[in-house]
Amino acid sequence: MTFQIASEFTQVSLAHFIIFSALLFVVGLVGFFTRRNLIVMFLCTELMFQAALVAFVAFGRYWFNYSGQVFVIFILTVAAAEAALALALVVLLHRRRGSLNADDWKELHEG
Amino acid sequence: MIDVTLQLARIVQAMPPVPASEVLHVSGQWWIGFILWCPLISLVLCGLCAACRVKSKLPAWITVFSLAISFVLTLLLAFMDTPPERVELFKWINVHWDGGSFVANFAFYIDSLTILWMSFVTGLGALIALYASEYMEPDVGRGYARFFAGISAFLFAMICLVMGDNLLMLYLGWEGVGFASYWLIGYYYQKPEAVAAAKKAFIVNRIGDLGLALAIYLIWSTFGTIQYNELITVLDAGTYLPVYENWSVQAIPYLLMLAAFGKSAQLPLYVWLPDAMEGPTPVSALIHAATMVTAGVYLIARMYPFFLLAPESLHVVAWVGGLTALLAATIGMAQYDIKRIFAYSTISQLGYMFLGLGVLTTYGAAYHVFTHAFFKAVLFLTCGAIMHGFAGQLDLRKISGLRRMKGWRIVSWTMFIGCLCLAGFPLTSGYFSKDAILAEAFVSQGPGFEVLGWMAIFTAFLTAYYTFRVWCRVCAGEVRCEPGDEHHGDDHDAGTHGGEFHPHAPRFAINIVLLLIAAGALLAAVPYFMGNEVEHVAGGWVADMVHDSTAAEGVPGHPEHPASALHGAEAHHGSILGMDPHVAMYWISACVGGLGLLLAFWLHLWRRQDADRLRSWLLSRFWTRWLPVAMENKWYVDEVYHAFIRAPLWLFGHIFYAIDRYIIDGLFVDGTARLPRLLARCFQPLQNGMLQSYAVTMAGGAVLIALLMLLMLQFFTGGAVS
Repeated sequence: MTFQIASEFTQVSLAHFIIFSALLFVVGLVGFFTRRNLIVMFLCTELMFQAALVAFVAFGRYWFNYSGQVFVIFILTVAAAEAALALALVVLLHRRRGSLNADDWKELHEG
Repeated sequence: MIDVTLQLARIVQAMPPVPASEVLHVSGQWWIGFILWCPLISLVLCGLCAACRVKSKLPAWITVFSLAISFVLTLLLAFMDTPPERVELFKWINVHWDGGSFVANFAFYIDSLTILWMSFVTGLGALIALYASEYMEPDVGRGYARFFAGISAFLFAMICLVMGDNLLMLYLGWEGVGFASYWLIGYYYQKPEAVAAAKKAFIVNRIGDLGLALAIYLIWSTFGTIQYNELITVLDAGTYLPVYENWSVQAIPYLLMLAAFGKSAQLPLYVWLPDAMEGPTPVSALIHAATMVTAGVYLIARMYPFFLLAPESLHVVAWVGGLTALLAATIGMAQYDIKRIFAYSTISQLGYMFLGLGVLTTYGAAYHVFTHAFFKAVLFLTCGAIMHGFAGQLDLRKISGLRRMKGWRIVSWTMFIGCLCLAGFPLTSGYFSKDAILAEAFVSQGPGFEVLGWMAIFTAFLTAYYTFRVWCRVCAGEVRCEPGDEHHGDDHDAGTHGGEFHPHAPRFAINIVLLLIAAGALLAAVPYFMGNEVEHVAGGWVADMVHDSTAAEGVPGHPEHPASALHGAEAHHGSILGMDPHVAMYWISACVGGLGLLLAFWLHLWRRQDADRLRSWLLSRFWTRWLPVAMENKWYVDEVYHAFIRAPLWLFGHIFYAIDRYIIDGLFVDGTARLPRLLARCFQPLQNGMLQSYAVTMAGGAVLIALLMLLMLQFFTGGAVS
């Protein structure tokens, strides 16, 4: 499967959106891999989330199907709830260790 | 749901109407059911007493009272002189379908055989419960209620067994008495020997029970019914059906025999009975002498037509009975524990009963059951009184001259009466009943029945000897006693003050019961002269009773059947020393019994040192040394069973245990459970606590899956994906 990049730059095609979404996802992923701050890591996951949502909207628009947009609304709602939960957890973790460094929780392992 | 209801309605409609014979048979005697319900009520009340921790003799009085009611009702039934009839208590199992049915109602089949059995089961049951009320005194407030609940349970089961109108009720009672005997033998459950004996009795009986279950199945599958009246109607119909030659009909008597040999302690399966003496003595008297062990004889007498269909089976019964009688008598001769001697004599007398059944004198067998129930109860109860009074002492070498001790006169003379009857002393009840069997062994034609007859006469001699060996040692001679080692309760400690032991003589309840049962043992000879409506058979009332029941010696149907050639026709009447056996046997058995008695008096009363001299003489000769040793060790039967049955079973048990433990459990069950854990341990290092490494793994995995999917897609579509 290859991406067909539009020859005219005047028109914004599906490919633009998909590439944008992919870039956004990679930014989030790389951020998640490299940073140690819990809040930043959480923000990175949100970034990946939004990348997926952009893809949804783009595909929905492409096929003239509103399911994509409906999904986005739902996912955003869930994401908001999840964000509240995750931030609450981060606050609790910060209270325990007095820092936001993910490495402070290294001992939570089996092997 | 609706479907099921419809289906049910259809089945109900399809069931044929209940036949007229199945309609509740109201005989007007509404009270007959109470013969059975009384012990049940008493069982429940005794259970309540145990639950409420009643600290009085209340349970004993409840039991005695209810059993007495049963006995009175049985007597009423006996005097009404009813023909064989069925009395239905309630419908139990009633299944009909096209071309078949399985009917087993909770009903009584009452004929003369039932009444004969019931008279001593309930009568002796009540008396022995009365005896136990004093005997079990040290346990008042502890096991007392439990004991009497067991006695009630036992009588309930025994009455079911004897009065039941079908084989299923008989089976219920059969298992019930087995369970009750387990309960009562193991009464002293802190004593390891008692627990082992209870288990042994139960397990050995299970072997017999298997035979009974299979026999019932075969009877039902061949005849389509398990109710006595229907079976007898078929068997007495006067036609010899070809189905009688089938293996299934021929196998029925052998299976029934197995059951009877288990319950009645015959040769291969007798080993449980001597050990059952670990239970309290009233239990030994009630269960292992008077009632339960006669269930096997009852079974064969009740199912006699089946045995007549396969006459060879009766030869087996006769031989097993004769051999058991001899073997048990030789063991009994050499024991020192008086209760054990009487246990072996029970086995020996049961052997006589089976011999009687085998040589076609159900009358003799039934009469011997009847008389034996009385005199053996007396003997056991006197043993119990001695055990009770001498702190568990039962060794006949350690007690002597009982009849001269204060308060022991009734015990020693009732024991004397019991011994006379057991020894077959002329004109006692045991004499007549034993004669009937011995004579018939010479009358009937069968393989080696003549030898069997002489063997039985020799056994009668041994019986007289070992019986009076006990009496002469314990009740006669110089006054001397050593107490046993059982000091239970305070009244025994009170008896040993000043270092001197004072035996604790029996009181009112024990004495009255001993006198009543001893009188019964003597009076049991009276039926021999009463009644007698049946020609050419002596034996009076009991003979009439037996002839009116299913145990009559008639051969069903076929006059040319081999069994009828065995017996009955005067032309075949055997002879003994040129005389008619019935006449000759009176003299022979009187002589034999007298000889045994004299030998016992000589060796154990007049010249006791001769007995020891005889024993040491036997032991000093190489060729005779084995005899006393083998007899004292019960012919090593228990050891042989241990080596050839218990040890292999033990070995198999351990092998199977090991297979179960290490292969089934270890390899399959635990092994399967351990596999995922092992697998998980391989991947465990991946969970290292670094969030980023998890993320990398996850992303890597996702990428890997995406790549794989891509590759597969290309592989399957030949790269034609655009």
